[in-house]
Amino acid sequence: MSRRKTDRLLHLVVCLLATRRYLTAAQIRQAVPGYPESDEAFKRMFERDKEELRELGIPLEVGAEEDETGYRIPPQAYELPELHLTSDEAAVLGLAARVWKQTNLAEAASGALFKLRAAGIETDPEGSSVLEPRVGTDEPAFPALYEAVRDGRVVSFDYRAMGRSEPQRRLVEPWGLTSGRGRWYLVGYDRVRRAPRVFRLSRVLGEVVAQGPEGAVRVPEDVDIRKIAFEREERPAERRSARVRLRRGRALGVRRWAVSVAGVDEAWDEAELHVWDVEFLAASLARFADDVLVVDPPDLREAVIRQLKGVLS
Amino acid sequence: MRSSSTSADRLTRLLALVPYVVARETVSMSEAAEAFGVSERQLQDDLNLLWCLELRSPDPYCPIDLSYEGGEITVSEAESISRPLRLGADEAAALLVALRMLAELPGSAERDALTRLVAKLEAAAGEAAAAARQLSVDVDPRTGSLGVVQRALREERRLRLVYYVAGRDENTERDVDPMRVLVVDGRTYLEGWCRRAEAVRLFRMDQILEAEVLELPAEVPAGAERRDLDGGLFQGSASDVRATLELTPSGRWVADYYPCERVEELGEGRLRVVLLTSDARWVRSLALRLGEQGRVVAPVELAEGIRRDAERALALYA
Repeated sequence: MSRRKTDRLLHLVVCLLATRRYLTAAQIRQAVPGYPESDEAFKRMFERDKEELRELGIPLEVGAEEDETGYRIPPQAYELPELHLTSDEAAVLGLAARVWKQTNLAEAASGALFKLRAAGIETDPEGSSVLEPRVGTDEPAFPALYEAVRDGRVVSFDYRAMGRSEPQRRLVEPWGLTSGRGRWYLVGYDRVRRAPRVFRLSRVLGEVVAQGPEGAVRVPEDVDIRKIAFEREERPAERRSARVRLRRGRALGVRRWAVSVAGVDEAWDEAELHVWDVEFLAASLARFADDVLVVDPPDLREAVIRQLKGVLS
Repeated sequence: MRSSSTSADRLTRLLALVPYVVARETVSMSEAAEAFGVSERQLQDDLNLLWCLELRSPDPYCPIDLSYEGGEITVSEAESISRPLRLGADEAAALLVALRMLAELPGSAERDALTRLVAKLEAAAGEAAAAARQLSVDVDPRTGSLGVVQRALREERRLRLVYYVAGRDENTERDVDPMRVLVVDGRTYLEGWCRRAEAVRLFRMDQILEAEVLELPAEVPAGAERRDLDGGLFQGSASDVRATLELTPSGRWVADYYPCERVEELGEGRLRVVLLTSDARWVRSLALRLGEQGRVVAPVELAEGIRRDAERALALYA
């Protein structure tokens, strides 16, 4: 955007904010300097300018003025509502911008802070220096999927599912994005599989194509994006117990999850553990090599033996 | 997430500049330039644009009157742009998602202020807050010692930690002079000067078993450097060990979970990865956990050590 164009748009905003009546295109052309002589060129430029204002989030209202289309910006729709922050609230506000440093949302975060400072809020541009939060949005699919979620548009993309070598085309109504342990996930309704699905952004290949109109995606009221993404399997209602020998003074990690630990003899302690998922627990116990010996139940014992044999195979 | 960044930014800045000054009556050029992250020269050009603003119809008039004489900006007439523009969907999302994430950290001293701030911003953003509800960052809630660590930071005092080192399966006691708390990709860490290692160390908050604020002042040496997070949290060091692993399709998760120096497809969904680690014992525990999902191929001594570990463990069941 050139200085001239910035200047013209600035005039346009001020002019449309100041008017109570709707201003017609002809009236706007007279009031705002910088529009071209030719009618055609003016029309094209005015269309682009309107689009530009909408993209900046400026609420442009269209109405009728003496049978002609007119425009104005209602101040109550334009203005940031009154906002009063206590000093401790203002102090943590700056942290928000630090979270997105060097990401696609960095600009939006600093733009928001400009506006809040303009509303009279004093923020430390750097925020507290003893807390440094960061979230990455490195996955190439992030910007397009974020926009699709925000705008409620259906997307299609190539996806390589876990354990598959060939990518498949997916058609998805995006419900939301969530990040866990540094990875972003898309949760949405898979139109081909006719069910909610979770997609890891790092497994999306190539370009994400948004299709159809904005607002076409309806997110179900009661949907919990994070629950779908991170708790794919409900924990079984029936919880079992395991008895595990731990070498005295060792297997400290296991002791942290144990329900109870009691001494057996000079070499061993015995711990009671909860079993939610046999395979997962077996893998976690195998990590401690000969510092752990599973006594019971037999299926956990077998799973650990299998796990250790797997290391040798 | 607009593409025409700098130019659209300028209009946004121009529209924020007038209310910024109005809210404060008078602001120095240097202060305003810093607040908006621009040079004073750029700021002067912005002010000139605003000052020259003239509508030509029906009668010519200048809606904005301002001056920046002597380096002090004052606005005597601001009319319709005396208030800032509402937050847009991206802006509301950037603020709300970040602040909600931080408000979820158990034990944090700022939790209460963050929760109140989120509520106020949601109300102020109105409809623009809708997109923010579809975006979230999950944080590991095991940050119980965070309050104690933050108190030590505030009071600039030394901490005594009992810290579990997973790679070695050891509880270690050490005195740490805290430098700052990092919340990176959902995990919380204390960065501090470890007096045992005599170096800057990162401690995962979920592995701090006990934390106590000592009656001693923190003494972080002048040369102690904070990590530059722009390069990622884990930066290899010269003393790191390289371990090469071959993974089956079901072991591919390793490449997603741990920072790899190299990742190579071997066909049929198998991978070869090179991991960098400061402690080879960590690779041993990873290999035992992987079972048949993957195996260490180099260094050879490490691979042999892992086999012996598995053999000794199996002997318990014989």
